[in-house]
Amino acid sequence: MKRLATVTVAAVMAAAPVMADLVFPSLSYRTGAYAAGGIPFADGYADYMTLLNERDGGIGGVMTRILECETGYNTEKGVECYEATKGEGSLVYQPLSTGITYQLIPKVTADNIPMHTMGYGRTSAANGKVFSNVFNYPANYWNGASLVVNHLLDLNGGDIKGKKVSLVYHNSGYGKEPIRTFEELAKKHGFELTLLAIDHPGQEQKSQWLQIRRERPDYVTMWGWGVMNQVAIQEAINIKFPMENFIGVWWSGSENAVLPAGDGAHGYKAITFHNVGSDFPVFGELAKYVVDAGKAAGAGDQIGTAIYNRGFYAAMLAAEAVKTAQKIHGVADITPAMMRDGMEALEITEAVMTDLGMPNFGPSFKVTCENHGGPGTGAVAQWDATNKKWSLISDFAGSDMSVIQPLIDADSAAYAAENGMEARCN
Amino acid sequence: MFPDQFLFGVEVMLNGLMAGVLYALVALGFVLIFKASGIFNYAQGVMALFGALTLVGIMDGQVPFAHLINSVFGTDVHHFGWHVPAFLSILLVMVVMVGLAWCVQHFIFRHLVGQEPIILFMATIGLAYFMEGFGDMMWNSEIKKLDIGIPQGGSMWIEEATSFLGGTNFYGFFIDKLEIVASLVAIVLVIVLVAFAQYTKQGRAMRAVADDHQAALSVGISLSFIWVLVWSLAGFVALVAGIMWGAKSGVQFSLSLIALKALPVLMLGGFTSIPGAIVGGLIVGVGEKLFEFLIGAPFLGGATENWFAYMLALVFLVFRPQGLFGEKIIERV
Repeated sequence: MKRLATVTVAAVMAAAPVMADLVFPSLSYRTGAYAAGGIPFADGYADYMTLLNERDGGIGGVMTRILECETGYNTEKGVECYEATKGEGSLVYQPLSTGITYQLIPKVTADNIPMHTMGYGRTSAANGKVFSNVFNYPANYWNGASLVVNHLLDLNGGDIKGKKVSLVYHNSGYGKEPIRTFEELAKKHGFELTLLAIDHPGQEQKSQWLQIRRERPDYVTMWGWGVMNQVAIQEAINIKFPMENFIGVWWSGSENAVLPAGDGAHGYKAITFHNVGSDFPVFGELAKYVVDAGKAAGAGDQIGTAIYNRGFYAAMLAAEAVKTAQKIHGVADITPAMMRDGMEALEITEAVMTDLGMPNFGPSFKVTCENHGGPGTGAVAQWDATNKKWSLISDFAGSDMSVIQPLIDADSAAYAAENGMEARCN
Repeated sequence: MFPDQFLFGVEVMLNGLMAGVLYALVALGFVLIFKASGIFNYAQGVMALFGALTLVGIMDGQVPFAHLINSVFGTDVHHFGWHVPAFLSILLVMVVMVGLAWCVQHFIFRHLVGQEPIILFMATIGLAYFMEGFGDMMWNSEIKKLDIGIPQGGSMWIEEATSFLGGTNFYGFFIDKLEIVASLVAIVLVIVLVAFAQYTKQGRAMRAVADDHQAALSVGISLSFIWVLVWSLAGFVALVAGIMWGAKSGVQFSLSLIALKALPVLMLGGFTSIPGAIVGGLIVGVGEKLFEFLIGAPFLGGATENWFAYMLALVFLVFRPQGLFGEKIIERV
């Protein structure tokens, strides 16, 4: 009996997870209406951390630990997750929801925990002078709006005066974020902007697409998420809107958005702030150390898909910030406050990306106290329905900061005034 | 020739009618169950999702509970490697829906006979969340393409045949072929349901139960059998709704939210009338689309359809609480 008890205790100890010190909360949504987008991001994020543990023994000798909490893409649950996990030494939050982001901004600032909202959230958080703990590098929604317009300029020899552009957007904080930028860009370039709001969840969009059919805009751009993306693309096909003139933001640019529409979605475009596909050396390492070892967060069949790559890239940027923080503070087991310092001093170069097995996966940039938003660069990807894959059809290029920066300054100044905040970085 | 704006209005109205048919398809399932058992089935939207998920799973030869099986046994199985024809798959899903109806009756409602309606309603909420999780575990959360050969896209024939009605800005009426098919299916479905209720022994028993449970019991009708029958019919209607909506957007978990579109239809048409569900659906579809066209988009910034449908239903409720076709409740004391 005693021997049996000893064996049992030994087995339990052997089976118990290795306690890790670098805690990365993952506010995921694997259930509910938006699960198809939430799962690949969470898997990509977790798999990169597992790769670091399995291949490198963690970061700087300290193992990483993913602390997953299900939000269901629900703002209240997201806040609950934050409160439930922050006490575990959580280093950086990535809520993957603009609604949750807005609720967490004052909380993370008060708790001195950094938050990274890559390609979503409050755009003016790019101003580090106001938002000390929020980072949205390497690109935000307003960069996205400008990148869409830049692409239209490229297609039209630099002149889109008089062109008609319709913005189909999710009728939420997320969907409304780029409107101001589009309006400013419409003034600057002389194009005619029509706004078409679509209510959650976006299953029924007939009115909006009949309006598009009546008005025949030259281009349609989309800020959608979840089922709104699939229905919009199907409705565009139904009214025979040319797919090459339909451009989504990165959240409307996943395989989920186009696959249900089949061949009709061929030629649809989306802007992206990171590369697409699985043709990168790091994915070979991932297969060897994580997928083949049965340690992948999912089935291992999402590697190279747009949102998986985004989660993977987010984890890579978090891990690089940890390395920076470890260097700055001279300790391996860092605190959230140290992580914030690491994020504010983060420098990503092409040499770093190549070393990580991710050449040309994302832009080179340096975060500063003033600029938490990164370079705001992006490229245009196009869907090939025959081969079922995205391909970049442009190089990564910058957005129109002459329009965006004043908007960031104005919005962040208003936030600072509302909250009685002093500017940092002086 | 007619003014373009008038023709656009007619086009919006026609599309509203088609959308209304799709709403009515969802509402029909609610009506069937409520009429026979007095239960407001919150899980009707999830049943549509579950039916569509199972259909795609069977058609594509997906291994059910693959993630669970692989986790427990260390295997790596996801597909059987076969493709089942759509018609056969639909038949198999109907069998699954009958099984589901039996389980619902046997494990839940049999134990709740005589309970307050609110308790039964709460039970359906629990059922909805259970089925959503069960469906996720069984077929996973990925978005799946549903292709059973229903045509999609605007009908060129209608477009070309009507383009002469307007000026150069009018391109003919746009009517989605999928919605034409949905309308035909809805018509057939209503005829079949009405014929079943009127001319078959089981249908008459179903109506007897709907009229008076106690009286039906006293003449030897099995309540349990009738409720399984009704839940099976509601499951079949949910499958049809799931197919039509799933063909538009792919089969994904937001399909369960189509139930939200059925609520104003029920408020308007009445909870106990099959024709009411159809007429209610048409009124909501046309009303919300015309409001968006005439007032919402030009003056209110758009996206008015969701709240307008409920506002319309509320107005009807004020003047006719039992809905257009609902039975007036008269309680004598």
